[in-house]
This record gives sequence, structure tokens and C-alpha cells, in this order.
Amino acid sequence: MKSICFYFQIHQPFRLRNYRFFDIGYKHDYFDEYANRFIMQQLAENSYLPANEILLSQIKKFGKKFKVSFSISGIALEQMERFTPEVIDSFKKLAATGNVEFLTETNNHSLASLKSKTEFFRQVKLHEAKIKSLFGVKPKTFRNTELIYNDDIGNLIFELGYSTVITEGPKHVLGWKSPNLLYCSATNPKVKLLMKNFQLSDDIAFRFSVRNWSEWPLTSEKFTGWLNALGPKTEVVNLFMDYETFGENQKKETGIFDFLKTFPQIVFDKSRFQFNTPSEVAAALQPASPLHIPYPISWADEERDITAWLGNEMQNEAFNKLYELEESVNSCEDEGILDHWQKLQVSDHFYYMSTKWFSDGTVRRNYNPYNSPYDAFINYMNVLADFEIRVKKACAGKVKEEASKAPARKRATKKVDEKPVKTTKKPVTRKKTGGTSKK
Amino acid sequence: MKVLMFGWEFPPHISGGLGTASYGLTKALLKCGVDLIFVVPKAYGDEKPGSIRLVNASEVAIDIQDEVFREYLDKMSYVEVDSQLVPYATEEEYFKIIEKTQQGVTAEKGSIHSRKYEFAGGYGKNLLEEVNRYAMVALTIARQYDFDLIHSHDWLTYMAGKEAKRITGKPLVVHMHATEFDRSGESVNQQVYDIERAGMEAADKVIAVSHMTRSVVINRYGIHPDKVVTVHNGVEPPETEKDLEVKRHLDEKIVTFLGRITFQKGPEYFIEAAHKVLQRDDNVRFVMAGSGDMLNKMIRRVAKLGISNKFHFTGFLKGDDVDKMFGMSDVYVMPSVSEPFGISPLEAMRSNVPVIISKQSGVAEVLKHAIKVDFWDIDAMADAIYGLLHYNALPETFKKHGKEEVDNIKWDQAGEKVKEIYQEFLT
Repeated sequence: MKSICFYFQIHQPFRLRNYRFFDIGYKHDYFDEYANRFIMQQLAENSYLPANEILLSQIKKFGKKFKVSFSISGIALEQMERFTPEVIDSFKKLAATGNVEFLTETNNHSLASLKSKTEFFRQVKLHEAKIKSLFGVKPKTFRNTELIYNDDIGNLIFELGYSTVITEGPKHVLGWKSPNLLYCSATNPKVKLLMKNFQLSDDIAFRFSVRNWSEWPLTSEKFTGWLNALGPKTEVVNLFMDYETFGENQKKETGIFDFLKTFPQIVFDKSRFQFNTPSEVAAALQPASPLHIPYPISWADEERDITAWLGNEMQNEAFNKLYELEESVNSCEDEGILDHWQKLQVSDHFYYMSTKWFSDGTVRRNYNPYNSPYDAFINYMNVLADFEIRVKKACAGKVKEEASKAPARKRATKKVDEKPVKTTKKPVTRKKTGGTSKK
Repeated sequence: MKVLMFGWEFPPHISGGLGTASYGLTKALLKCGVDLIFVVPKAYGDEKPGSIRLVNASEVAIDIQDEVFREYLDKMSYVEVDSQLVPYATEEEYFKIIEKTQQGVTAEKGSIHSRKYEFAGGYGKNLLEEVNRYAMVALTIARQYDFDLIHSHDWLTYMAGKEAKRITGKPLVVHMHATEFDRSGESVNQQVYDIERAGMEAADKVIAVSHMTRSVVINRYGIHPDKVVTVHNGVEPPETEKDLEVKRHLDEKIVTFLGRITFQKGPEYFIEAAHKVLQRDDNVRFVMAGSGDMLNKMIRRVAKLGISNKFHFTGFLKGDDVDKMFGMSDVYVMPSVSEPFGISPLEAMRSNVPVIISKQSGVAEVLKHAIKVDFWDIDAMADAIYGLLHYNALPETFKKHGKEEVDNIKWDQAGEKVKEIYQEFLT
């Protein structure tokens, strides 16, 4: 069997509004409601809804032969529920076909896996529950934010009950090995790894409409030809991309939707490939070899590492200051505060602070609200300063509450204790006196 | 007594100290009964000159065939320079200039040889060209108007003053608000230095805004000490007595730096001192308000020190926000590496904020109720900040006397002194 594993990622952050120094300690609305709503509505109209419709019709047409998989961050789902509930309905329809696998990830599309095990676990479980409640299935496959993965994360994920992970297939990890096979973690062979074929994935996601690309225009026939030309040992081709590829990053006018419409038919007609989900692939194939991945990899940039989020002093500072609050946030047990803390963990905030791309021309995630990484940092830190004040106040309130409770409890326990002490005291003192008298 | 005055800026179109200072001085001179014709390269129409006669150099037509200009053009050879001269430009203005040049607007404006010339004003790429053209316009103006004396503010207008003196033979006073050493440190622009020096040599009197500036004029430009007098700047009283009560939303004390974030203003010393204070005291926030070519570097430094949850950047502040910022502040720091005068600490004191100023500022010569430290002495600066935050008697004393002190630093005194200088020539 030869499989195509079609996987789409959907994530949109809660963008921060322009939060000024003068707002600190005073205004606690951090998010740009208007922009977030507008962007989600745009994406629904241009991308999610039309693309879902095509996928649904393909599934109807080909039945069990055509399968795809999605991971939708909790933060994106939350915005869809609020701003574009029709998109949720449309995904529910896809889920009902049984041909769509929903993956799990951190609910807040965060970098918690690199910093805090407890927070990471909490967010994965949150997302798991969210998927279960919306689409009625418990996810079987894990994907981390921006496909970030290393051996440690593999172990964490296994602890959470997942044994299939999808990630990037970078050259510095694979070397001469092919991404078109199933692998497993060297530190825990039970963890199966699906590696993205970035060449073929990016042909669709980034190069589809590039007119000076030698292969332009890209057709389903041509792409299927490339699939057939892959080596005879090919077992699975992992095509992982942002769902916004369809209709947003590649506009409708480029013919991207036609590609999506014709691709399955051509594959079935002209090749021996079929479409499978990650969990099916992991169950059906034997790992070709174990892989050591000591340092985190991701699907970003040429480097495929995490420097897009944690690559300069501003990003590190913001990231550390955010997670320094973890203990206080947890101890104040305030849902509003926890929610904001988690929304501040969304990886995009750190991505906006990156200084890497002054020379890089590849496709960027759209809708960056900032003019410069410095603006992004200042704005984020202003918000964080206000948030820190709130956490401290909430904690202080909590301590007071406990303090006012505690003496009451102490008194109560004392009273309870006192009586038996008194009753037992007498015999004890008697014994003692008796003892001393014996001496 | 009638004075022909050449300036480069006039409120509200100012980008820093020069415009404010020329405005304050002109008003005081009017009060003393001095008549003024004030020439600016570009008038916008919404200036508030009061009884000052404002002349827009952009509207003065000149006849290039005239012998006087021939003579001037023969002597003059200007070279276009890259923008680094920009003495007082704010970031906003800088981007406007860049935009303009990119759109080619400035290029279409015509050459300096045409009859009329639309000055860009401000501090653009063609600054030297404009300075020269301004001098040519000055020649025309000098012949049109009747006056007893010429007064030029800063190097930009020195050529104009010099030419006006040449054609009329009237005495020339040049006013040093800042030297090229203040603007560029040791890497001076030679052309600017030459213009400054030529202007001062041609002048009958040089006014320096502080003793510090006076000594630079004497030692580094070789001007004879007898010719150089110090007249300290004043500070404008607020136009309307604004309600300075600002609602504070932060529990911590606030220490503020407000100004252009450039080498000259010493922002990095403020950051290092902040770092030192924060190691001792968590109950304080630092604010760097303003914009400039060192802003990004400063942001990275603060991030690197790991203090950015207590150290905030506001970007460029305007109007009410400046008052708001002062209203929120407990300490104001001006760690300038080189500041010919420095009006901002006076503004802070007017808002009842105790100030720490560098000894390398002219304003340090006139202020008693301020803590003075060397700009490089971050330990002393940190000490002073900590002291003002913790030993209540200290800020109370400064507040009590500071406001009174600053209310007495008036432009009127400066105006009187300048008038005395004028009178020397007229008797």
C-alpha cells in the first residue's frame, strides 16, 4: 500500500489590540475584537467554507478511499464558535462522514512543550476535550504547535497516551533517509513519527502560484506524476500544510480549488496511491528506523528549528516573563486570569517579535498586526505588565481569603483538640508526677 | 529698535529645543519693546506670531541675475549630504522626509537658481542646499526691510545672517543653541562646523545658551572670549493652567526618561541605572518615552537585562500625553551626554516632579534644586533615584523649592539680557 496523508492545520491567534503604557493597571481588555472577528470572517469566506465544501463532495464521491486529517487549535475553534459558527457546523459535517481524523495539539497553540510539563499536559487535555465535545471523537494522533518536536516531547506525548506524532522531515534530521517512510523515536520506539515531505507539501502551499517557478502552473496530473516518480520503497507521502493554503495564501484565482477538486480523481486514475489518515498509516506500517531528535525541530523557515519564536533576546525575555507567572496564575484559581494567561501563550505573539525575516522572502503568516518586531515586543510587554498586576492582586486576595479562613479553622481545630488534650493531660501529668515521685 | 531675526522653526511647527527657544526669546524681546522681523524658511500659515512680523522665505522671489547673488554663488559651493545632519528631527518627521524624497516631491521643487523656492523646512536631505538658498533669500529680505540689527539662530541661519550683514553693514548677533559637538559627539560634520565657525567669526557678538556652550565656542571654535556671552534660556509658563491631577493606575513609583532616544541624550545610562535600582527595589517602574535612532537597541538591551516587566517604552508622546507622563512620574531623569541647555527638566519641575540631571547639561548651571550627576556615573544615578524614591524628605524638599525655582527662570530675564547686548551696538 502507498498512502497520501493529507493534513491541514488551522490556527488563528487572538491578536492583541494596541495596548498603551497608560492602560497598564487600568484597562484589562487586551484583544482586538474587531480585527480578530474580521479576519476569521474573511478566512471563513475565502478559505474554510469553500474548501470544506470541496472536501465533503470528494468524500461523498469516493467514499472510504478519500480521507483527510485536520488539527484546529482551540483558540481558532473558540473564535469560530464566536464569530463564524457556520464553519464549526461545516466541520461537524465532515466529522460525521468518518473520513476525517482530528488531531490533538495544545489548546492555545502554545510553546508550553518547551517550558512547562504541567501546562503542556493541561492544554493537550483541554484540546482533547474540546475536539471530543465538538466532533464526538477522541483524537489518536498528536501534533505539536508548528510541528515542534524532539525526543523529550515524544516522551511527554507518550505519557499522555499518544503513540503517533506528526512532525517536519528536515534534512538535518533525516540526512539521506526518505521522509516517505514511517519512523519511530529512538528514545521510545513505541512513538511513531510521520515526517512531512516538505518538498511536495511546499510545492502546493508556497509555490503553487509562483509564476517564475519552473514548474508553474502546477496541475493535478503533474503532481501525481511526481508522486509516481518517487522511489519504489515509498510507503507514505505526508502532505502537511496550513488550511489557508486554499483560498487565502493561494487565492481562488490561482486555481487552487480546482487542484483540490481534481487531485483525488487523478490520483485514483493514474497512480497506486490511496488517501489515509495518520493513525491509519501508523497502524498499518512498520517503522523503517528509529530517529534521534535531541533538538527541537519545526516546520518554520529554512532552518526548521524554533528560532522563529525563541531566537532573540526580546522573545526569550517575553517568554520567560510569561512563564514566571505560572505558579501564581495556578494558585489564584481564577478562570478569567487563567484564560488570559493561556491566550498570552499563543505562539504568534512571539513570532511577531522575530527579527529573522528582514532578508527572507517566503510566505509569512498573514495578518501580522505590527510594523516591527520591536512594536510587537513593547505591546506584548505592556499587556503582560498589566496582567502581572492582576495576578498579584488576585493572589493577594486569595491569601487574604485563606488567612481569614485559616484562623477560624485553627480555632476550630484547637477547640476540637483542646478537649481531648485536657482529658488526656491529666492522666499524663499524673503519670509523670507519678514517675518523678518514683525516682 | 528693530531686529531682523533669522530662525529655522516657529511654533507650532517645531521638532525640538530650537523652535521653542526662539519663540520664547522673541516674545520676551517684544515685551522689552524690541521690534522683530522673524524669517522662517517655510511658514505654514497657522503660526501664532502675535505681534511678530513673520516672513515666509518660500514666498520671497529673488532675481538671480542680480550682481549680489552672482557674487554669492561664485563663492558658494555646496555638496549634497546624506541626512545624518538632522539635528532635531523626530522620528515622525524623519519618515515624512523619507517619504517625500521617495515620492520625488522634493526633487520637483525646483533648483536654488529659480525665482521662488519652496523650502521643505525641517531637516531633510537637501539641508545644505536649503541653508544656502536661505542665505540668498536673506539678501533680498535685507534690502527690502528696514532694521538696526541682525540676529541668527543656530548654524542653519548663519549664512543668512552673514550675507545680510555683508549687504547692509548692520551688526550681527549669532545665537548658539547647540554646537556640532553636541549633535554628533566627536565625529563632527566638517561642513556644518565650518558654517558655524564662519558665522561666529563674522558676528559682532555670539550668544551661548550656557557657560558650557560658551566654553565650547571659545575652545573648539577659537572665538575670542570677549565676543561670547552666556544668556541662559528660560521656560515658557504653561499656556493655560492645566489641571495637572492625573489619575494614577499603578501602585509602583515611576521614574521617567523623556526625550529623543539618541546618543546625545544618554538613554543607555538610564537603563543601566534602572537595572541597578531594580535589583534592590521591586516597587518601581521605569519609563522611556520618546523615539529615535537608538530605540531598538535600547529595547534589546532592556530585554537582555531581563527587566522589561518593569521597564516600559511608550514611543513618541505628543501634547497631553507628555503632561500625563509627567503627572504620573515620581522622578525625572535627564542623563544627557551633551546638552547645551535642556528645557525638559524645567517642564518636569513645573509638574512637581523632582529631577536628576547630568552635569553635562547647560541647565545644571541654573538649577539649584536638582540632583546633578555625571552622565556616565550610573551608580550615582541609581543612588539618586533610590534616594528620591525612598527618603520622603528629599522629594518633598525638591518639590517645594523646585517649582518656585523654575517659575523664576523666565524668558523675560533672557530677553532683557539680549536687549542689553543689542544696545551696545546702537549707542
